[in-house]
Amino acid sequence: MTWQGLITMSLGAILIENFVLVRFLGICPFLGVSKKTDTALGMSMAVIFVMTAASAATWAVQEYILIPLGVEYMQTVAFILVIAALVQLVEMFLQKAVPALYKSLGIYLPLITTNCAVLGVAIINADNGGGFFESVLFAFLSGVGFAFALLLFSSIRQRLEFAEYPEAFEGFPIALVTAGLLALAFTGFTGLKIF
Amino acid sequence: MTQTMRQFKNGLVDQNPTLVLLLGMCPTLAVSTSLTNAVGMGLAATAVLICSNVVISALRKLIPDKIRIAAFVVVIAGFVTAVDYLLQAFAPALSDSLGMFIPLIVVNCIILARAEAFASKNGVVRSAIDGLAMGMGFTMALIFVAAVRELLSAGTLFEFTILPDAFPKIDIMGQPPGGFIVLGVVIAVMQAVRNRSKAKNAAGL
Repeated sequence: MTWQGLITMSLGAILIENFVLVRFLGICPFLGVSKKTDTALGMSMAVIFVMTAASAATWAVQEYILIPLGVEYMQTVAFILVIAALVQLVEMFLQKAVPALYKSLGIYLPLITTNCAVLGVAIINADNGGGFFESVLFAFLSGVGFAFALLLFSSIRQRLEFAEYPEAFEGFPIALVTAGLLALAFTGFTGLKIF
Repeated sequence: MTQTMRQFKNGLVDQNPTLVLLLGMCPTLAVSTSLTNAVGMGLAATAVLICSNVVISALRKLIPDKIRIAAFVVVIAGFVTAVDYLLQAFAPALSDSLGMFIPLIVVNCIILARAEAFASKNGVVRSAIDGLAMGMGFTMALIFVAAVRELLSAGTLFEFTILPDAFPKIDIMGQPPGGFIVLGVVIAVMQAVRNRSKAKNAAGL
């Protein structure tokens, strides 16, 4: 891959087609863990790691098991099982190896299984039918896009606590409207092209 | 009979999965650009929800406690695959416009949440009713959001023109930012109504 291709892919995954704000994948953790910047940071790191690892694993499953056996219709079932097993493995590894990080991630780690960004990136990669390196890189960059949106949003939300808004907007509604304004800013990147 | 009524009230109003419990946000935001998509998505998710609730409830005594989540996910993924292929065969246009959000029903938290919270503890008939009620609640929320977005962005409902051409079309409502803002306002309205009825009840007592 040329460096131009790399830059185009990064811009696409992080800004133009941001997983959260443009593709609507991974909204649950985006809204759920964005109240504090430090938990948002922990979650972002975990998601980037799981997305990258999961896309490597699902690429292998797709290429060496599903396609040779002609059972592509088992894709959804196979992918979700691989992702669940992987998350479980990561959890067990972190618990033994880095207990501090394991504790700080808490409940968010098992919840990554049901983060649609992870299954989403696996499905997008399978549809594109790209090579191993390309798929893993795309997953990593998409994870970075998720992290970027989550960190931006959590820092806005921290300031939002001191803002005044109508009572009915308490909690999620005001967060959604804020996310809408953030998404509006991201639509500015549509059609962005360097090369 | 009264218990059935209560289940429906729970699914549609008191514990509406989307507007009150705030589950399944991704599909709500992504497919609510038009009413046709919203209804298609709602019905697909409802079908999966009913089927998976019935099977999980029937197997609830056989599934070991430790691996129950994995077992639930496999059951759900099986039905999602079936729905995905049925839509591709019989409603290809809808299947195209919903795209990857059909396979993503697997990770829709509503379905796993109902399997864990209801179907694994209740009988088959009750679980089927619960699936229907919750699915209707999800579909209803999707329809609310999609109706507002389609009307404001294209001036149509189910592709029939409603607003006159002179009415300005707000393109942004059909795009991602509009999804967030409309859903936020719909949930705010829901909260305002509930706050008011709570205040009324408190005054009555």
